[in-house]
Amino acid sequence: MEIPYTVNTRADTGLNNVKLGIWLFLASEVMLFGGLFSSYVLLRVGAEPGTWPLGAEILSIPLATFNTIVLIASSVTMVMAWASLKLGNLGKYKLYMGSTVALALVFLVVKAFEYADKFSHHLYPSESTFLGIYFLITGLHGLHIVGGVIVNSYFLFPGVKMWHTAPERFTNRIEAAGLYWHFVDLVWIFLFPVLYLL
Amino acid sequence: MSVDSVEDIKKHIKVYIMVFVALMVLTVVTVGVAYLPLTVPIAITLALIIASIKGSLVASYFMHLAAEKSAIYWTLLVTAAFFLVLMFVPLLTTLDTISR
Repeated sequence: MEIPYTVNTRADTGLNNVKLGIWLFLASEVMLFGGLFSSYVLLRVGAEPGTWPLGAEILSIPLATFNTIVLIASSVTMVMAWASLKLGNLGKYKLYMGSTVALALVFLVVKAFEYADKFSHHLYPSESTFLGIYFLITGLHGLHIVGGVIVNSYFLFPGVKMWHTAPERFTNRIEAAGLYWHFVDLVWIFLFPVLYLL
Repeated sequence: MSVDSVEDIKKHIKVYIMVFVALMVLTVVTVGVAYLPLTVPIAITLALIIASIKGSLVASYFMHLAAEKSAIYWTLLVTAAFFLVLMFVPLLTTLDTISR
């Protein structure tokens, strides 16, 4: 049986199911990260006065700034990968999608160095409430990056063969993967100042 | 977005590059503001305003929300409402008069 509305738009929603589906998923993701942001606010406001550390005193601003730039750049290459497919240019798609995956891996490597540096100074999640919520939120965000790398690598290598049989359907898949990827970027845009700078 | 012509896509690409530059500039501004001698409430407000501008740029252009179908806007309106509820949950703790 064929999956309905992967390319055609439904009359009632005005959308194909791919796009509505990914947006519903992202709505649930907003609540997942929202709950953790809310917890952060509660923990910070509820902390004894003077005990909440300044992120900058514990964490590395240069590394996080570098990672912010890397992630924004990967969002641009992702949207360019989709635009390349829209223009029918598979070669450019592979170039941009490859760059997106590479930039995501750079982000993860930098993050791994950051974590390793904290651990080497015996700064574990159990050290303080701040480090607890820092590792929880950045760890969950990191898992989202890993998920994006897996899905985007699939679309870069084995999954790309769909382009030759159903190009429009493949383009919609890349748009959905892109929406997810931009969301992960968007979460980081808020995490960076909240955890590192304030 | 599925009926975009080649010309439309080329126009989109120019916008993506401009948004990229704007996001880079705002990232530098975010870090710069953090080094200014501001009080914590003002620093938090400024940082969240800048992050919101960056977030809207990503959502509007990369995620194409600037021109999307109403079914998505309705979905996100409900999401935003529940997100606000979540953000106000910490306020409820200030109503707790028993434990202090």
